[in-house]
Amino acid sequence: MDFGTQLLQYLLSGLSTGAIYALIGIGFSIVYHAIGIINFAQGEFVMLGGMVTLFLLQSLHLPLWAAIPLAVLLASLAGLVFERLAIRPLRKAPPLSLVIVTIGGSILIRGLAMVIWGNDTHRLPSFSGDDPITVAGATLLPQHLWIFGITIALIILNKWFFSHTISGKAMRACSYNPRAAGLVGIDVRRMTMFAFMISAAMGALAGIIAAPLTMTSYDVGIMLGLKGFCAAIIGGMSSGLATVVGGLVLGVLESLGAGLISSGYKDAIAFVILLLILLLRPQGLFGRPESERV
Amino acid sequence: MRRGLLNYLLVAVCILLAPLFFSGSYLLNVLVFAGINTMLAVALNLLVGYAGQISLGHAAFFGLGAYLSGVLTTTYGWDPWLTMPVAALSVGILAFIVGFPILKLKGHYLAMATLGLGIIVYIVFNEWVDVTGGPSGLSGIPNLHLGTLVFDGDRRNYYLVWSCALCCMLLSCNLANSRLGRAFRAIHDAEVAARVLGVNARLLKVQVFALSAAVCALAGSLYAHVMTFIEPATFGFNTSVELLTMVVIGGLGSTYGPFLGALLLTLLPEFLRVMRDYDIVFYGGMLMVMTIFLPGGLVRGIPGLWHKPLALRRAKGDAADA
Repeated sequence: MDFGTQLLQYLLSGLSTGAIYALIGIGFSIVYHAIGIINFAQGEFVMLGGMVTLFLLQSLHLPLWAAIPLAVLLASLAGLVFERLAIRPLRKAPPLSLVIVTIGGSILIRGLAMVIWGNDTHRLPSFSGDDPITVAGATLLPQHLWIFGITIALIILNKWFFSHTISGKAMRACSYNPRAAGLVGIDVRRMTMFAFMISAAMGALAGIIAAPLTMTSYDVGIMLGLKGFCAAIIGGMSSGLATVVGGLVLGVLESLGAGLISSGYKDAIAFVILLLILLLRPQGLFGRPESERV
Repeated sequence: MRRGLLNYLLVAVCILLAPLFFSGSYLLNVLVFAGINTMLAVALNLLVGYAGQISLGHAAFFGLGAYLSGVLTTTYGWDPWLTMPVAALSVGILAFIVGFPILKLKGHYLAMATLGLGIIVYIVFNEWVDVTGGPSGLSGIPNLHLGTLVFDGDRRNYYLVWSCALCCMLLSCNLANSRLGRAFRAIHDAEVAARVLGVNARLLKVQVFALSAAVCALAGSLYAHVMTFIEPATFGFNTSVELLTMVVIGGLGSTYGPFLGALLLTLLPEFLRVMRDYDIVFYGGMLMVMTIFLPGGLVRGIPGLWHKPLALRRAKGDAADA
């Protein structure tokens, strides 16, 4: 394989992992806009997506097309329960408490998953076979196409929801000014709850489409969650295209770094980028700096 | 202040007398690690409890201390007593340099940045096999010794570790009651107000970050010399979270809270052997329950539980009188 094809190969696999990061990142920013916190448990919903689908397939022998929506539904219910039990009682708490409570929640969910499903690594079956497709010398799996397709569909759906439906507009209103939103009759608490459910569902779906390629186990949530956050930071915590671009950039850089530099330091690349962005451009690659109001 | 000193002496006497009751038992061995965890929790509390700046990467400083001591003594044949201050100082300086950009961030962003830092250091421990020995660890680290007295038994290590831990607690106690301690609390409560009143918040935050990192590195060195073997898994993200759990459960910003938290979280798993696989569930659950119901930690929460019904009854009594 010559260098050009190799680069193309890295680029394609980078884009597909990047798409996953983008979906997780959008989940982070939806919750961030709704309630102003970073949900450290976001990665666990990604894990739940993969693990619950696996459970439904293996133990309940459901077909794949039924298992996936059911798993997404269950994960979003988990998001709802998490918001009710952990976030709502702390609405007025300082950020430190909220950081700690979401970390506690993520450890709890991870621990429960380990207790229920054990600590083996599993692989979900691909959605439509494993026959590789050759594109200009580089190979793609059908699953890659599923990842691109589902990601694009979700991004469009997301855009449509937030700009054209009444609930989506209400959620945006809450993110601009919860108090004013409350005054015009929007149920802010319910919107927060929706935000958690939507972000959990998006995370879970990301976990499901990635699981046939990258395997799943009870502890995949930590890394995937952090990478997704990284994507959101690059995108300046926007819930739109900037985060998608952030995820893709991260995925490609990581894949190039792993291929051309060292695969052992692959995970470090994401965190070096995270630190650089946080330190140099905390408003994201595309954002304008915000001034802090006292 | 007198009362503070009295409390401290009481705790110190209890700690120093404890080995008389558990001599030769396995518990003494566990208590050595409780001592190291106490140092780490007290150090983290300086940053999180007093100055209100979160860190999810403190295991990195612990690990850097341990690896510096380990590598310098085994590969380069340095004297252990020399490597300890060198390790603590260099980690402190590193934290000071890294602290300036990182501590500009606040809240969640700070948490994520320190977490990223911790993970990068952890990856380096794993991947830099030539120096650190990689995932299989670094062995053959010498014990500390004073003349002919080698710190190799549990009892000797107990006194070695706990005397350091007691020094840390004294440091934390004194710092809390000093001008600096008040400045930290001011930063914690309202950073802008503190700066308006002339507190150099930026510098103070970095200083306390560096101090806390240096103490963690010292604990790491002690750990390396007590265990004589280190591996990256000890210094991962879980350890950082565990340290934070100790501080939160004990009581953020209190002198003895971290000590109680460290003692509790080191001893509990030993007593609850049955929980082996459930300990991660237990940690997570405990962290959530404590943050929601006892935000002040054990140190304030337990007396609070006591006072609350009393206060309620008094309030009721007043209402009945009126």
